Amino acid sequence: MRGSLETHRSALEVVNLSVGFDQINVIERLSFEVAHGSAMAIIGPNGAGKSVLATALIGALPYTGTIRWEANTKLGYVPQKLDIERDLPITGRDFLRAKAAVACASQVDITNALGLVGLQMKSVGKPIGALSGGQFQRLLVAAALIGHPTVLLLDEPTAGVDEPGQDTLNNTTERLRKERGLTILFISHDLSVVYQHATSVLCMSRGRTCFGAPKRILTPELLAELYGAPVAYHVHNDLRP
Amino acid sequence: MAHPWPTTFTMTFDPNAIALSIGAGAAAGLVGCFAVMRRMTLAADAISHIALPGIGLAILLRVHPILGGVAALLVGTLLVWGIEGRTRLATETIIGVVFSTALAVGSLVTSGDELIAALFGGVGHLTTLEAALGLLLSLGVVVFVVWQRHRLVLALVSPEIAHTTGINVRRLNLLFLLVFALTIALGLRYLGVLLVGSLVIIPAATAKRLARSLRGMLVISVAVSIASTTLGTWLSLALHRAPGSMIVLVAAGFFLLSLLRR
Repeated sequence: MRGSLETHRSALEVVNLSVGFDQINVIERLSFEVAHGSAMAIIGPNGAGKSVLATALIGALPYTGTIRWEANTKLGYVPQKLDIERDLPITGRDFLRAKAAVACASQVDITNALGLVGLQMKSVGKPIGALSGGQFQRLLVAAALIGHPTVLLLDEPTAGVDEPGQDTLNNTTERLRKERGLTILFISHDLSVVYQHATSVLCMSRGRTCFGAPKRILTPELLAELYGAPVAYHVHNDLRP
Repeated sequence: MAHPWPTTFTMTFDPNAIALSIGAGAAAGLVGCFAVMRRMTLAADAISHIALPGIGLAILLRVHPILGGVAALLVGTLLVWGIEGRTRLATETIIGVVFSTALAVGSLVTSGDELIAALFGGVGHLTTLEAALGLLLSLGVVVFVVWQRHRLVLALVSPEIAHTTGINVRRLNLLFLLVFALTIALGLRYLGVLLVGSLVIIPAATAKRLARSLRGMLVISVAVSIASTTLGTWLSLALHRAPGSMIVLVAAGFFLLSLLRR
């Protein structure tokens, strides 16, 4: 599955990756390559193994095959879902300070990260369990941005975020990619966002995978095959092929 | 008695015991915060029971019972951590099996007054060396929690985020469990195997109800813990009752008061 990206410096190479639980492979012999400074979307129906792939990519799950990150890669990671108690007395500020302390970042980095995701310092003074779903997702993205990451790996970063908030987050990651050369890997069910922001798409579905440019992957036929039903998505006029 | 394990509680004021109760209180208050936030409330109680066979064997071998208790706690903790890493069993299940086994072995090798003292604690007379070692251990626990608090927070919120920030989450978990076991050991003599878990859990649970930030929780938990140990000890002297029970009752009183808030 190595296409036009081969001419670029690779931020990530994955070769014959298999990940399984209890001797059942969720991901089997998956290979793809992500160019430095590109934005790769990972799409597919629920249960396809997208989050498992993300967890394996950060090295938090055992796997066979090869995952090769570019030298000196610094990962910023946003997990899909967190099991947080509502009454946990840890504020957003506590969380960001913890991230900054471990990543050797400064208070200025925290302020900058909050500005990038459109969160106010006052909001993060609340316990994280008291934040709205959207605020919490922005907090996670802000935390991922602390420590000057070279790669952002985002597992449904805009889940639960209102539409203006989604635009802010998507535009922020796009701007960081273009201005700072960050490589973005993001899992999304929003195919309009994928079409708008991804430079390549990895699709996963029940053992089948495909990889390529959005225009090649996001066709009605391939999407119907991928999701098992016709899928509609909105494409801005200025992006139409 | 050839060993220094008390079979009755002291009725005299002992500055060494008071100093150690403050040190152990501070350590328990801090460790308890992360134990409660990590949902280890029942595990804390169970882990403390693992000390019993160590205390029993130490008494049989005429070694200091606390040393036996500490050894058993550390071995038990490593066992729980090792089994957890090699199987997909829930931590609670593993702790449940190890704790029941330890309790069974402990009740076989300990008997009579010694068993009562091991289960419910006492103070007896603390030597300066015992108090100094206890305070040193307390200081070590306090330093660990303060030093590692940011890593513990990240691992608590998301082990995956902690992992990508360069934290070895599994090693951090082991270190926390070992520090937790040492904290339990600190309170063994005072509160005994059955009650020591409550010194770790109740002040932290009280603080969790009252605090709105991590710093607030740590400060409140330490304050409640030290207040419980010192006030409980004073009450035990005044009312001629076992210190362990009084300390836990005072801590429970603080928790009940916290329920009035919100």
